[in-house]
Amino acid sequence: MTLLSARTVSVSLGDAPVLAGVELEVAAGEVVGLIGPNGAGKTTLLRAMAGLLPLRGGEVRLEGRPLHRMDPSALARILAYLPQGGGSHWAVTVETLAMLGRLPHRSPWAAPSEADRAAVARALAACDMTRFGDRPVTQLSGGERTRALLARALAGEPKVLLADEPVTGLDPGHQLEVMAKLRELADSGTGIVMVMHDLTLAARACDRLALLFEKRIAAEGRPTAVLSADTLARCYGVRAYHGSVEGGAIVVPIERTEAGAGHASA
Amino acid sequence: MTAAPALAARRREVSPLCLPLLVLAVGLAFTASLLVGPAAIGLRETLDALLSGEAETAALIVREVRLPRALLGLLIGATLGLAGAALQGFLRNPLAEPGLIGVSASASFGAVLTFYTGLAGLFALALPLGGMAGACLGVVVVQALAGRDGSPLTLILAGIAVTSFAAALTSLALNLAPNPFAALEIMFWLMGSLADRSFEHVWLSAPFMLAGWLILATLGRPLDALTLGEDAARTLGFDLRAVRRRLVLGTALCVGAATSVAGAIGFVGLVVPHLLRPLVGHRPSALLPASALGGAALVLLADIAVRLLSPGRELKLGVLTALVGAPFFLFLVLRLRRELL
Repeated sequence: MTLLSARTVSVSLGDAPVLAGVELEVAAGEVVGLIGPNGAGKTTLLRAMAGLLPLRGGEVRLEGRPLHRMDPSALARILAYLPQGGGSHWAVTVETLAMLGRLPHRSPWAAPSEADRAAVARALAACDMTRFGDRPVTQLSGGERTRALLARALAGEPKVLLADEPVTGLDPGHQLEVMAKLRELADSGTGIVMVMHDLTLAARACDRLALLFEKRIAAEGRPTAVLSADTLARCYGVRAYHGSVEGGAIVVPIERTEAGAGHASA
Repeated sequence: MTAAPALAARRREVSPLCLPLLVLAVGLAFTASLLVGPAAIGLRETLDALLSGEAETAALIVREVRLPRALLGLLIGATLGLAGAALQGFLRNPLAEPGLIGVSASASFGAVLTFYTGLAGLFALALPLGGMAGACLGVVVVQALAGRDGSPLTLILAGIAVTSFAAALTSLALNLAPNPFAALEIMFWLMGSLADRSFEHVWLSAPFMLAGWLILATLGRPLDALTLGEDAARTLGFDLRAVRRRLVLGTALCVGAATSVAGAIGFVGLVVPHLLRPLVGHRPSALLPASALGGAALVLLADIAVRLLSPGRELKLGVLTALVGAPFFLFLVLRLRRELL
C-alpha cells in the first residue's frame, strides 16, 4: 500500500527550478534510498515530501490525501522528518530531546503519559542510547548526537520516516546498527525514505533506490539495476568496482571519469 | 519496566524545588519592598495599613506609595523575565532580550513625545498612553518589515531597524527640546524608575501585561520544538509564522506596557533567563514560568536596593540594572567565547 507519494512535483527555490516533475513513492514496510550527486535536489525533494516547501507543480499525497491540506498536527502524528546534520540548540538531556518527538501526540498542557514514556524508552533502546538518557545532548559525540536525534524521530512512532543522511558521521558499526534498526522499523510497517551517499550501504540497506540527477529521477528500481556502471558514469562521473558479498551488492567508486568532471562544473 | 529509569532521569535533570523557591523569593521581595522607604513603618503597621482603610499618614504611604510601587515591580519584572525567556527560546539565542524587537525603543519614543509636546504635563496618564501607542506602532512596523515567513533572522533585522529609528527620533526630541528642563525630564524618564508611581499606573498597565503574559504562556510547546531547529519544529506540527506573530504581539503588549509606565529597564530580560536556564534542565517551556518569577524577584530587589543605596537622591532603577547587568553581559560574552574555542 502506498503511504506517501510525490506526483510530478516541481519546486523552485527563488527563481531557480530545483525539481521538475519528480515522481517518487514509498509503500508501507519499504525502505527507499534517495541517492544522487551533490546539488541534485535530494534534500529539496525530501523537504517537499515533508510538506516544508511550497510546490510549483504537482502534489504530495499521504495515504491518498493531499498533504498540504492536512491538519499540521495530524500530519505530524503520521510523518517524521529527520533533517540533515540536525542538532539541539539547548543543552537538554537525551531523554528530553527524544520526548520532543511525542509533542504531536500530547495534549497542550498534559505531562507525558505512560504511553509517551514507553515510546521514548523504546526509541532510545532502538538507537542504543538508553544509557545516555540523562546526558545533555551538547556533551555527546557526533555519532551519539546523530543517534539521539534519530531516537527523537522514532519516538513519535511515525508511519512514514523521511531521513536526510541519517548515518552520515557514524562509525561503520553504528551505521550498520542504525540500518538494521530502520529495517526492523520497516518490517513493522513504516515506510522509510532516506537520503544516502554511501552507495554500498544504500544498495544493501534499501529495497529500492531512486537516483536524482538534474532535477529529475534519472533511475529507479532495484539497487543493482540503478547502480549500473552506465548510470554511475553518467550521473556521478565515476567508474566503480561492482561486486557482491553474502548476497548483497558492493559498489566502490574507483576514479573520476571525464564526463563526471564536466557535470561537476555544470 | 521502562518508566522507572525515565522518572529518575527527570528528577536529576530538573530541580523540583526551583519553582516553589522562586515563588518564595518573590513573596519575600514583595514584602520587603512594602517595608523599605524613608518613613520607618514596621511589619505590623504595614499589615494593618493594607488591611484597614485608615487614613493615617503611615497607612497612606503604604497603600498609595509603596503598594503600587511593589506591584509594578512585580508585574514589570515578571514581564521582562517572561518576554526574555520567550525571545531567547524563539531566536535560540541566549543573548536575545525583549528590547531586541524594537518594542522598548518605540515605547520610549512614544512616551518621550508626550514630554516634548507638553501632553505629559496636562494629565498624568498621557505618558503611559503615549508609550503604548509607540509600542503598538513599533510592532506594526516590525511585523510589516519582517515579512510573512517565520524566520528569526528577518525578525532581528526588522527589530534592529525599528530600534535604531525610534532611538534616532528620541534623540531628535532631546535635540529640539524647548528648554533644558524638558530635556532633563526626558533623560531622567528614559533611565527607568518605579518611583512616584500610583495605582493609576498599575490599573492602566496591568491588563496589557496580563494579556501579553497569556499569549506568551501558550508558546511553551512550539519553543520546545524549536530546540530541534525550524524544519523539525514545523514537521512536529507547529506553524512558525503563527508562533512568531504571537511572540511579537505578546511581547509588545507586556513590554510595551511595562516600558510605558517605568521607562526602559535593561538587562533583566537578558540575565534572568540565562541564570535560570540550567535549573530547569534548559527546556524553553519550563523556563517561561521560572523566568517570570525570577524577573519579578530581581526587579523588586533592585528597586529596594535603589532606595537603600542613596536615600536622598534616588538612583534610577534602570541605571542600577545596567550597572550590574553590563558586566554580567561581558561575562557571558567571555564565557561563550571560551565555549566556542
